[in-house]
Amino acid sequence: MSANELPAELPAIEGWFSMDKADAHLIGSQCTQCKTYFFPGNVSYCRNPVCESSEFESVPLSREGKIWSYTDAQYKPPEPYISPDPFESYAIAAVELEKEKMIVLGQLAKGITVDDVKTGMDVELKLQTLFSKDGQDYLSWVWQPKS
Amino acid sequence: MSRDVVIIGSGMHPWGKWGKNFVEYGVHASRAALKDAEVDWNDIGFVAGGATMRNGYPGYVAGATFSQALGWHGNEIVTCYAACATGSQALAAARSKIKAGECEVALVVGADTTPKGFLAPQKGERPDDPDWVRFRLGITNPTYFALYAQRRKDLYGATDEDFAAIKVKNAEHGFTNEYARYRKKFTMEEVLGSPMVASPLRLFEICATSDGGAALVIASKEYADRIGSKRQVKIGGISTVSPKFASADVEMPDIATDSAAASNAYSFRASIAQKAYTEAGIGPEDVSLAEVYDLSSAMELDWYEYIGLCAQGEGEKLLRDGDTKIGGRVPVNTSGGLACFGEAVPAQALAQVCELTKQLRGEAGDRQVVDAKVGVTGNQGLFGHGSSVVLQRE
Repeated sequence: MSANELPAELPAIEGWFSMDKADAHLIGSQCTQCKTYFFPGNVSYCRNPVCESSEFESVPLSREGKIWSYTDAQYKPPEPYISPDPFESYAIAAVELEKEKMIVLGQLAKGITVDDVKTGMDVELKLQTLFSKDGQDYLSWVWQPKS
Repeated sequence: MSRDVVIIGSGMHPWGKWGKNFVEYGVHASRAALKDAEVDWNDIGFVAGGATMRNGYPGYVAGATFSQALGWHGNEIVTCYAACATGSQALAAARSKIKAGECEVALVVGADTTPKGFLAPQKGERPDDPDWVRFRLGITNPTYFALYAQRRKDLYGATDEDFAAIKVKNAEHGFTNEYARYRKKFTMEEVLGSPMVASPLRLFEICATSDGGAALVIASKEYADRIGSKRQVKIGGISTVSPKFASADVEMPDIATDSAAASNAYSFRASIAQKAYTEAGIGPEDVSLAEVYDLSSAMELDWYEYIGLCAQGEGEKLLRDGDTKIGGRVPVNTSGGLACFGEAVPAQALAQVCELTKQLRGEAGDRQVVDAKVGVTGNQGLFGHGSSVVLQRE
């Protein structure tokens, strides 16, 4: 397949999230026996020490959560981060998902700074371009404060 | 109960960016520890080496590498790796050997040479490796430190001045430490004026990576008494515990915590020192001083709480009251901590024990803690390695 036949947007990491912008969500897995969630979902054996299951279902994780904490990156990270030139700083949040009882990290949506958020704030998942390479946009999930 | 194990010698190579082979630092530290213990190398029955991951094969078999460099004489060896907790695991291995009666006196050594600049993952496309994925997403080591620092601001009222004050305190502690890499006093203005790296953490509040080496000679109490060792420090307890599922700590290099949907949530870090205290038969209220892992200045506040010096959310008060300065109720990081040393991964947990040994012997000079009886270290290695050592004055 030549480059111009590729879809305009590709996932930055294959299989970690849905590519449907209208219903963006992370894809985790859930143990069919003890019901524990995992993200990323690539588990073969349940890590709950009282569960011996090796069967999992692929499940969408909650699209909404509360900010556990947040920070930003004011210096360009080392590779494999792919940076625009010049580097643009971005903010990051750790978000608590209530149903899954887990915390998931991710960048905050473009334009959001640490001054715009607070611990406990409600956010929702969006897709956004993480980097562009050879005319191709690669998407990842970001957290967007709920209006 | 099995027999007591004591430290009879400690030695270090100064931390810095010396650009030499890690073996040189390890041998330097080992010879210093042997001399301090007044033990001949040929009497050492067991060598526990801390592995280094950045120096090729000799680093993976550090126990043998150091033994060969000091001169083969048929001693037994082990090599341990547990990231930043490597030193404690090597110490635990040597102590077990002595407790089991298989050895009377052992050498524990860790040393590292680090590359310049940020620690970065290995090259290549590895989407199954969480450490690769998080860098691709722009989540670096300071990100994790900063998430905890920011949470303290929002939950417990920590301020930028608190974080800077820890750097100022530790710089003052380490100012006269001959083994520290950075021996410079800092003012609040200098720290607060340094560039923001990962809000709310600034450049001078995040630890560097260094070259360095540390070693201990440990022995059975009977052996130490027999050779007339006068400066013994008892190893009261060692903890190398792993997390419990579901671990609720946001940990490098993971993108997500364990899910507590079907299990209880645990704080791994708060569990680490507890095992060492229990083994020593003491509690945090007995502690005279502590060495903890200040990867960032703010993280020292978390460690006050993890090792039980105060309740959760009270770290800032302990700092502001001056309790954790030399001269205060329970001084923390009298060596200067990572703020003054920078991290030399397989040596760092041993360097903490070396400092406590000096203090409990009353040999810490300008930074001596008056009447130090009990010391504790708190530390953690990536991928689930707890590390805490309790030392007691004999």
